[in-house]
Amino acid sequence: MSRLAARFSALKKEGRAAFVPFISAGDPDPETSFAILEKLPGAGADIIELGMPFSDPMADGPAVQASSMRALEAGANMNRTLDMVRKFRKADTKTPIVLMGYFNPIHAYGTARFSRDAAQAGADGLIVVDLPPEEDEVLRTPAAAQGLDIIRLATPTSNDARLPTILSGASGFLYYVSIAGVTGTKNFDRGDVAASVARIRKQSDLPVAVGFGVKTPEQAREIAGIADGVVVGSAIVNLIGTNIGAPREKIVSAVLELCRALAESAHAARTETV
Amino acid sequence: MPGAYRGIYRRDKGKGARVNSALPNSLRTGPDLSGHFGAYGGRFVAETLVPLVLDLEAAYEAAKKDASFQAELGGLLKHYVGRESPLYFAERLTQHFGGAKIYLKREDLNHTGAHKINNCLGQILLARRMGKTRIIAETGAGQHGVATATVAARFGLPCTVYMGEVDIERQKPNVFRMKLLGAEVRSVTSGSRTLKDAMNDALRDWVANVHDTFYIIGSAAGPHPYPAMVRDFQTVIGSETRAQMMAMEQRLPDLVVACVGGGSNAIGMFHPFVDDTDVEIHGVEAAGDGVDTPRHAATLSKGTPGVLHGARSYLLQDGDGQIVEAHSISAGLDYPGVGPEHSWLKEIGRVKYFSATDKEALDAFMLLSKLEGIIPALETAHALAHVARMAPRMRKDQIIAVCLSGRGDKDVFSVANALGEKL
Repeated sequence: MSRLAARFSALKKEGRAAFVPFISAGDPDPETSFAILEKLPGAGADIIELGMPFSDPMADGPAVQASSMRALEAGANMNRTLDMVRKFRKADTKTPIVLMGYFNPIHAYGTARFSRDAAQAGADGLIVVDLPPEEDEVLRTPAAAQGLDIIRLATPTSNDARLPTILSGASGFLYYVSIAGVTGTKNFDRGDVAASVARIRKQSDLPVAVGFGVKTPEQAREIAGIADGVVVGSAIVNLIGTNIGAPREKIVSAVLELCRALAESAHAARTETV
Repeated sequence: MPGAYRGIYRRDKGKGARVNSALPNSLRTGPDLSGHFGAYGGRFVAETLVPLVLDLEAAYEAAKKDASFQAELGGLLKHYVGRESPLYFAERLTQHFGGAKIYLKREDLNHTGAHKINNCLGQILLARRMGKTRIIAETGAGQHGVATATVAARFGLPCTVYMGEVDIERQKPNVFRMKLLGAEVRSVTSGSRTLKDAMNDALRDWVANVHDTFYIIGSAAGPHPYPAMVRDFQTVIGSETRAQMMAMEQRLPDLVVACVGGGSNAIGMFHPFVDDTDVEIHGVEAAGDGVDTPRHAATLSKGTPGVLHGARSYLLQDGDGQIVEAHSISAGLDYPGVGPEHSWLKEIGRVKYFSATDKEALDAFMLLSKLEGIIPALETAHALAHVARMAPRMRKDQIIAVCLSGRGDKDVFSVANALGEKL
């Protein structure tokens, strides 16, 4: 069983949703970023989304854009991102890591080589924001051969005609984008999200994680009540941004403190799937 | 390497360009059903946008076949834009170089001063047909922004134009024109603060306003169906040129030239000629300080294939797949990508791509102003710089047709600045 499947299955038994924090690899510098990454499981992260920084993150709002730029300016690149995963895996063999980003850096690295190196480093799944089902075969095939899950996205614009295309070939879990917009901007509507998650569950047995518009512990609790996982990104990387210039320990502890609050909130809500 | 290129003089008349024999009978049939030109193009967009681009494709296919849509567009092009635009024999420029006869396709004479309006009219008619009530666009030099603001005013739709902070500074007259036309110009401060970043922010706006907003893309770039749709709306340039040339010279030109940034005027000029194997076709990119320096925008000449803004195409990028900044004196060519059909035409060898430096473009800008009384856009001046290399080496009975894509009024401040003159 893959790490992702094992984790979702364990969470289901415990009757709680996964808390999934996002950070950009190398933000604001390699050392601080790794210090945060290795302590995320201890702060309640059930799954970690690790951003692969890109110069032109078109689906992201200002917080993740800034995070990506900070990482790139501090020398982030694909090799260093994979190194972070490798180093993390030495101490933690259980917490799934999902790599999230845009296609061009993967294209430049080579899709076959990337799939092999990412799997060997210990990554578990891939979310490639600008690679819709119609275009993802070039990555899906080599990734599947290496046991990497391809995590597809469904959105408020994914109607019943579109959903089967998204679900066919999806694995790991399904990422539901809670808002029509870029990351960290609008606020989601609980009723809309609940209806969409229910609609997806009718067509798929995959766990559903929800993200893009979740910022506060209260919102995390709401989502955890209706989905199998709750993703928080902008609020976390924004905290890194506002602490730039502070000592490394302070940045790390600020991020972990927020994650703990988000995780407690998410874990306190019982899911409807139990 | 322009200096090393010899094709057009070596070739006997009528022998035809060398094109890969495995290709279809016509090079005008692309893209395929999934929006690909060979290995280029496609629909690399966030899932939120996929249903929108699919809707757009269906609406465009229906409009293309609808005689009333075509008739309305044709009427606007004639009475509002002033088409057809003249094909002008540049006698003094021809004499100056002493070689091939040079004809200029006068897109600078269109309403708003450039070819961009051809496409904007087509897309806003489509927006109206789809029931969209808000228009957004990106712009580099401001020509596409002005053309979009113009059609939005004409059709009474609110319009937001994204423009890089750097471009706003160097294209102030166009910024003011857009405001006069009632558009909101949003300054883009992310990344390199130029055209690519304006396109990122326009895409972000679109994702957040999927229900009412139509995104009018100005380049023959972006996700399918944009590259094909923009090309189709711009093909009027080449079709008119072809007919005018037949009327004036009773034959086709030996060489067709246009500047290439994203590539909309070039694909519109080239497309009606791609199946004419006797016609050689050259695209001219911006070499900035030179293609061997880090400061240029010669995507096809020096870039590598990658994925940006919805399509697979040539890009200026580093080894890690990060997009690098383009540089050109011309804001309209200052883009690290290019339309996917150009990448394909380069790969199959049908079109050859060259470049001209800032300095060469400035020289051509001055030359055309002084010899023909036509101040060209700095973008267009890159095509003219290539003509300056080609014309003297061609025979007097050969013909060059150049797309004079826009007028240079907007550039007088940039040019004065480059020449060290104060206005």
